[in-house]
Amino acid sequence: MTSPVLEAIKVAKVLGHGAGQVHALRGVDLSLRGGELTLLMGPSGSGKTTLLSVLGCMLAPTSGTVSVCGHGTADAGPEVLAQLRRDHIGFIFQTYHLFPTLTAAENVQLALDVRGEAAAKARPRAEDALARVGLSHKLGSFPREMSGGEQQRVAIARAIVSNPSAILADEPTAALDTENGQAIMAILADIAKEPGRGVLVVTHDPRLLPFADRIHRIEDGLIVGVETGPARKAELRAASAGPR
Amino acid sequence: MPLNFTLASRNLFHDRLRFVATMIGIVFSVVLVMVQMGLYLGFGDMVTKMIDHADADLWVMRDGTKCFEDPSLIDARKQGAYQAIAGVASAEPLVIGFSDWHMANGAITPVFIVGSNLDGPGLKPWDVTAGSAQTLRDEDAVAVDKTYYERLGISGLGAKAEIRGQPVKVTALTDGVRSFTTTPYVFVDMSRARTYVGIPKTYANYFLIKLKPGADAAKVASAIREQSPKYEVLTTAQFRERSRSFWLFGTGAGAALFAGALLGVIVGTVIVAQTLYSSTKDHIDEFATLRAMGSSNRYIYTVIIYQALLNAVAGFCFAALIGMAVVFFTRSGALPVVITPWLMAAIFLLTVVMCVVSAFAAILRVVRIDPVVVFSR
Repeated sequence: MTSPVLEAIKVAKVLGHGAGQVHALRGVDLSLRGGELTLLMGPSGSGKTTLLSVLGCMLAPTSGTVSVCGHGTADAGPEVLAQLRRDHIGFIFQTYHLFPTLTAAENVQLALDVRGEAAAKARPRAEDALARVGLSHKLGSFPREMSGGEQQRVAIARAIVSNPSAILADEPTAALDTENGQAIMAILADIAKEPGRGVLVVTHDPRLLPFADRIHRIEDGLIVGVETGPARKAELRAASAGPR
Repeated sequence: MPLNFTLASRNLFHDRLRFVATMIGIVFSVVLVMVQMGLYLGFGDMVTKMIDHADADLWVMRDGTKCFEDPSLIDARKQGAYQAIAGVASAEPLVIGFSDWHMANGAITPVFIVGSNLDGPGLKPWDVTAGSAQTLRDEDAVAVDKTYYERLGISGLGAKAEIRGQPVKVTALTDGVRSFTTTPYVFVDMSRARTYVGIPKTYANYFLIKLKPGADAAKVASAIREQSPKYEVLTTAQFRERSRSFWLFGTGAGAALFAGALLGVIVGTVIVAQTLYSSTKDHIDEFATLRAMGSSNRYIYTVIIYQALLNAVAGFCFAALIGMAVVFFTRSGALPVVITPWLMAAIFLLTVVMCVVSAFAAILRVVRIDPVVVFSR
């Protein structure tokens, strides 16, 4: 078994103070392994996004430990956490968060620019990433000139261009129609096949289940179930039915 | 071009209305500073114009003389004694003072008389465009500047008037010899100058000392002071500085100009700070996304600083064009705005500093960004 690219052990997170305190996470264990697409499913308010924020080194847990590719995050300052994100994590957001004044290629290149990569190297890598999500023909397009599905594919290209070990996607299909949503998930599932890279998708959409290798169900800040996903089962079936 | 520079420039120019408003603020501020400092330099030049054009190495004057226009009297009979000092090539008295110019139509206007010996080094009219300075030897000859035609009620060479009841005739015209006090200068022969300002023959206001080549100015000054303990002896540079200091700081004129310039800097800083802050606030989601992507704070600051620098460069270019136009249109006025290359460079630097300082408010806003907000927007 490969070592996890992201791991949360007994993570608790309390939000707010005094009477307004909310126990968003109550001792969560979760491992994201390379080569897998993991779905984190649960109803609204169950703690999905809080867990994603903690795993993404944006929110410090109240207790418990988080490690990113073996690096613990305890006592890490904002700049160290930013570096962990820079080095190991790619993000995909529900509302894309593309930069409206930059073209598709520039949006992707930006992810390398913040890592200090020279433009001469970054540009071809950005173009390759866009080609991988089927947007070679949109390099010079601005976000306003693209559909929602295309914008989300640019966001995926931006997330994968630096070859991060973990990709965290927050409801990546929520703003898309079924066809575009399925296309986006197919791309993410394809990305998750790369060994050493894990994809965690937060969703409450059951239509995404067929793409999952593993499913974590969360309710009231607790993981209430972990199961092998249909994609993994199909893979295992194919493996066991292999050449006889 | 660095991508963070591209991002900064696109964000800046994206909101054209805000960019125009920022430019107006910066241009207003920089032009204000430029004009105030240009007036300061122009005023400084103007108040020492007479000193600069006098043919003298040393000035002898009554102790405590504040500026060239300060008409304290000294003993003109010392001329021979000064000329006898080793190292002195010549010692020429200079007479100055206010008088009244009576026009042919009966109107009167004040004038400032400048009288020197036309045969030796002294202070004679320069930039003569009509007539000749040599004509001032004539019995009633005077030289005036042609910009004062209206003030003096004349129309050119040959015009007649009276000073202290004495008839005078304009025999030479200068161009641009203007007084910052707006009182017209009237150049005359020294002997008549005493009559016009009403001082006895034995008095003058200054001695203009020319040194022999290689003479030690300090020794000559010391020798003059030994002979005339109540007089001061200043080099031309010292007297220029004293006059300039008096008019600029003794009168408060310089302080007023500096205050205006400071106001310009404050206005500019506030305007740029306000627009950069609001621009940063409008793009806060983008900065949060950058942070979520793992960008360092320094990278984000660079974007904001680039915006500030772009504001500075664009604003300064517009302001410089306006500044040059102001220089052009005031060049022959009573108080020209003087903008030297050094002043231009200093104001550019000031503009850059002003815009970068203005970015601090925006940077403080960005420092507080929590990247986790990207999940909730």
